[in-house]
Amino acid sequence: MNPELTALWITFKLAGITTLILLLFGTPLAWWLARTTWRFKTLVEAVVALPLVLPPTVLGFYLLVALGPRGPLGRFSLTFTFAGLVAGSVVYSLPFVVQPLEGAFTAVGRRPLEAAATLGASPLDRFFTVALPLARPGFLTAAVLGFAHTVGEFGVVLMIGGNIPGETRVLSIAIYDQVEMLQYGRAHWLAGGLLLLSFLMLLAVYSLNRRFVLVRP
Amino acid sequence: MSIEARFTIRRGRGFTLDVRLSVPDRGVTAIVGPSGCGKTTLLRAMAGLERTPGSYFRVGDDVWQENGFSLPSHHRALGYVFQEICLFDHLTVRGNLEYGRKRVPADRRLVSFDRAVELLGIRALLDRRTDGLSGGESQRVAIARALLAGPKLLLMDEPLASLDMESKDEIIPFLERLHRRLEIPVFYVSHQPDEVARLADHLVLMEHGRIQAAGPMNEMLTRVDLPLARNRHSAAVVEARVTGRDEHFQLTRLGFPGGEFTLPGTGPAVGEIVRLQVLARDVSLSLEPHTDTSILNIFPATVTELADQPPAQVIVRLESGGVTFLSSITRKSAALLNLEPGSRVWAQIKSVALIQ
Repeated sequence: MNPELTALWITFKLAGITTLILLLFGTPLAWWLARTTWRFKTLVEAVVALPLVLPPTVLGFYLLVALGPRGPLGRFSLTFTFAGLVAGSVVYSLPFVVQPLEGAFTAVGRRPLEAAATLGASPLDRFFTVALPLARPGFLTAAVLGFAHTVGEFGVVLMIGGNIPGETRVLSIAIYDQVEMLQYGRAHWLAGGLLLLSFLMLLAVYSLNRRFVLVRP
Repeated sequence: MSIEARFTIRRGRGFTLDVRLSVPDRGVTAIVGPSGCGKTTLLRAMAGLERTPGSYFRVGDDVWQENGFSLPSHHRALGYVFQEICLFDHLTVRGNLEYGRKRVPADRRLVSFDRAVELLGIRALLDRRTDGLSGGESQRVAIARALLAGPKLLLMDEPLASLDMESKDEIIPFLERLHRRLEIPVFYVSHQPDEVARLADHLVLMEHGRIQAAGPMNEMLTRVDLPLARNRHSAAVVEARVTGRDEHFQLTRLGFPGGEFTLPGTGPAVGEIVRLQVLARDVSLSLEPHTDTSILNIFPATVTELADQPPAQVIVRLESGGVTFLSSITRKSAALLNLEPGSRVWAQIKSVALIQ
């Protein structure tokens, strides 16, 4: 396969898998954050938000140390593998999924869930039949932000994934390589393609759900 | 059977709910009191929406809370109508109604889907989205949804408070209809004396998280030691049966255990039971029956209690055939008539209002 297409495929595979994992594990975390009255809740929220402010290289450095052969997670030998990239991306994009979800669950509020309880719905029942449907806009926001943010990932990938074609060479790195080699024409193709795809993706999501809001007022 | 409740909640900020309550398990019990006195908290405790360790709650044969055991809300056979309208916006009106109905065992169903829809007059709304409904329509849907959940107890927290006047007038007749046609007990939190006068059978007065007094409605309205009897609008609410009509003078005659009322107009049908409101300030007293007066409603009564109402008034509690009334007269009149508990008087009632 054409190396550019391969990079594109790896990028989207990485973003897709990362988003899926984050939705799966971020949902209970966000649900808990939105409802707990635990007084150290802010501590957890701060940890979740860290990737927002840390330079990706810092994050990548610590991930590299943790995943490296002598690190605490070294026995999984994840460095310079696709699985390692997924692990890194999950950490890197965590706040972009958890925060919109937490916001959406908070916006649903307690009242509809209490109403559901008085109508005979058990806690699990009301989570799936009331909380999830009412938080739907938040799920779309979370999925799009998580996906887009992973597609745009660069520093973390470079630190823990390197630049192995067909394995860890994602689009952003391919573009960087082309620019390094002064291949502006090819860089244009890649950058433009990414721009167009991102735009189409957002357009589709917005059309699917007109109530969709990226940022809550 | 009865409903027995004993709730204790201690919260920060100095709020304590400490309630012991026993009311009959039929009819509408209105819970009234100033804002912040714990009315809503009491209702939420009954629904199991508040943590209330060490409390006791029994509805008829069903114990919902006792010695550390507390049935979760979703296992309590209740209906709850919230003050702020709370429909599920992701479902249609029909979806909202079905939500509770399909979670109830068939043998616990109280009304059929069609009956609930008919009682609340919402057939035309069934396929609508909830966000397009008016306040009054939404609250009717919420009430029908609560009924379809097969409640043995219906809890209504100021269901009309978030509505405008027009919507209120639209809903009250539906509530009266529920009251007449359904057997389940209802707790109804309200600020509005007119709602209470129309709907309630029993009254619970709350203050600072405690029950100040509780009992049958008219008895409570006419207790001179309670604030209800001591304001400008204090009134007795009496049930009476339409006994006849006077077509010539266009009057309606209504019988109650102490005698007969005559009311202008011929609205209600003979045999119908209606509620009458008798304002304390419309009742005057005399020691002799006067026949040379324009007042039609005159009957004998016994003074049971008197309470000073400074500066110049006295509130007199009267009894006639087991029914109590209030009369607000001046202290001077009370002294001139030499009124004291046990005095026999004639009550002259200037006007009686049909509550509707």
